[in-house]
Amino acid sequence: MTTSDDDGGSGAARRSIRVDALTRVEGEGALDLEIDGGRLTAARLRIYEPPRFFEALLRGRSHLETPDITARICGICPVAYQMSSVHAIEDAFGVRIGGPLRALRRLLYCGEWIESHALHIVLLHAPDFLGLPDGIAMARDHGDALRDGLALKKAGNEILRVLGGREIHPVSVRPGGFHRLPRRAERAALAETIAAVRDRAWRLARWTATLPVPEFERPYEFVALRHPDEYPFNEGRLISSGGLDLDIADFDAAFEEFQAPHSTALHARLRGRGAYLVGPLARYALNFDRLPGAIQNLARECGLGTVCRNPFRSIVVRAIEIVYACEEALRILAALPDDLESGAAFVPVAPRAAVGTGCTEAPRGFCWHRYEFAEDGSILTARIVPPTSQNQATIEEDLRAVAEPLLDRDDETIRIHCERSIRNHDPCISCSTHFLRLAVRRS
Amino acid sequence: MSTRPRLAVWKFASCDGCQLSLLECEDELLALAQAVEIARFAEATSTVLPGPYDVSLVEGSITTEHDARRILEVRAQSRVLVAIGACATAGGIQALRNFGDVNAFAAAVYPSPQFLATLATATPISAHVPVDLELRGCPVDKEQLLELIAALLAGRRPAVAGYSVCIECKRRANVCIAVQGTPCLGPATHAGCGAICPAFRRGCYGCFGPMETPNMPALTAQWQQAGMTPGAIRQALRMFTAAAPEFAAESERHDD
Ligand code: SF4
Ligand code: SF4
Ligand code: SF4
Repeated sequence: MTTSDDDGGSGAARRSIRVDALTRVEGEGALDLEIDGGRLTAARLRIYEPPRFFEALLRGRSHLETPDITARICGICPVAYQMSSVHAIEDAFGVRIGGPLRALRRLLYCGEWIESHALHIVLLHAPDFLGLPDGIAMARDHGDALRDGLALKKAGNEILRVLGGREIHPVSVRPGGFHRLPRRAERAALAETIAAVRDRAWRLARWTATLPVPEFERPYEFVALRHPDEYPFNEGRLISSGGLDLDIADFDAAFEEFQAPHSTALHARLRGRGAYLVGPLARYALNFDRLPGAIQNLARECGLGTVCRNPFRSIVVRAIEIVYACEEALRILAALPDDLESGAAFVPVAPRAAVGTGCTEAPRGFCWHRYEFAEDGSILTARIVPPTSQNQATIEEDLRAVAEPLLDRDDETIRIHCERSIRNHDPCISCSTHFLRLAVRRS
Repeated sequence: MSTRPRLAVWKFASCDGCQLSLLECEDELLALAQAVEIARFAEATSTVLPGPYDVSLVEGSITTEHDARRILEVRAQSRVLVAIGACATAGGIQALRNFGDVNAFAAAVYPSPQFLATLATATPISAHVPVDLELRGCPVDKEQLLELIAALLAGRRPAVAGYSVCIECKRRANVCIAVQGTPCLGPATHAGCGAICPAFRRGCYGCFGPMETPNMPALTAQWQQAGMTPGAIRQALRMFTAAAPEFAAESERHDD
């Protein structure tokens, strides 16, 4: 899948390295490096996934259909789209969800984090550190870690299935709450399932800490949600390691989106400052103090400080977040009222002409939605900013930093390191391309 | 070893959910990887083996000229080609563009629509190449996916029913929500999900697409009685399989 324009050797003055189809990422992307006279002149993550026009096709659709439709932006993290949608809808229509319904939303999000992070850790990312082509190849020498990961993934999916009917594109989320609440017996069985894999989560975290991680750090500006007393899923203010602190409604005051000709996804940058990073490294660095003490200790034991600037070590941070999500899921399940089902599954949401914003923490970083509604609750305009398009500029800067010291090496070595550096960020390319304002250059 | 059937997984315009369904088979994944040779599955492995392939699973719909050419190559390299999911079998949610004037549509929302390299339509795989089997759903049901692979390994047709979600709904002993006045697309929708939505006290929104020979007018007449406006009926039919002929034709009948 790699093509090189010239002899491919390190002696060539001018060469370009292309990876036409990146593997072990979600969606379709390619990598282009241009090297001229021993200098790296371009490093591009080229996203060629065909656009699907979600922001256009949402126009005229009812607020009641929105979470079902936005889920289809991405099969890997549908809950993030459903959650950002319902929060934006409720924001527009002046509804705030508290109590058990809010707790259940956190629980659903725990399921998605566990499922998505476990998938990334054992099936997509760990093979990079082990020199293997895929997670299945781990069965021989790293079978325990693989089985831990798959068991966790299954447990995360079980949360999605119990709360939402199925793992991918669950059907239960609606504005105001859920279509149906999980029954007592279902909740009890779920708690048992998660309790049974909790030790595996701790063990997997310790295992990720043993992986040989390159010494590499970058001075990222981290951006994530921050909540007064929780590790963030659905709510909070947007803050950054550079001092940003703003209401989610004010996203445009600090961020701008722009087109890059080589990509069907929009890029984003901090106004006046440039690239920034969202995702587990950012959440962790900005919210370490919101993790329970025992999990903070586990993180230290795994060699993490309160901030981690090594993207290769994001695998450890993801594993720590799985531990958190398991513990949080158990806490939520234990605290739900016994007579949960006797309460209303949702609070009524009365549409009105209004604008609403929602922002939640997808496994790969925050996902920001803004809708303008007509009086009858149909969408006039929609804007969706998913995590991977926000990280694109940072991924390209990582590529430069990784490739530059390797320029005198052969193409294959450079390619392998660059692909790895992209995978560090678990990019979800399907997510990042569902925009309207994109241009595909035609020669 | 080399006698194992060679499996390839391909992606076109889609959300990745259907191919992810394969990885959601946590318990069966390792057995699966032994039973078949995963020759190409970009989302899961860096191994990329050249064709021909015994079985190709194709996710996504055709929305660009480039993809219209690419699917011909996939077909040429595949002995059995299976379209998986609503995108691949009916165009998916992105086929909503088929109902509008794509130029006006693009001009309304793109700063530089002249640069667009996209087709005016999103079409199913079968509109471009012969397809051997289709698995419905948005996403496909993972049990059906496993049944498909087991059947292919055994050299038999997969057991996939052509009846409606209502049958599964009865089997699951759900209380029918349609008789309580909630519009439900179940009577016209292809089985396969196990009637998830009625079990969650909501109407089916048709993500498995039309069943064989649905009675659309009878269904929408009932929806009208339940108080749905023509606009709402049209929207309900234009979801994840909007371009499936039966749903598309019925939605055209309710233009207000
Ligand atoms: S059919 Fe649905 S789940 Fe499958 S790829 Fe298309 S949008 Fe995703
Ligand atoms: S609830 Fe829907 S799917 Fe179930 S029996 Fe009634 S109409 Fe059919
Ligand atoms: S009940 Fe209908 S909408 Fe719901 S999952 Fe099944 S086919 Fe899809």
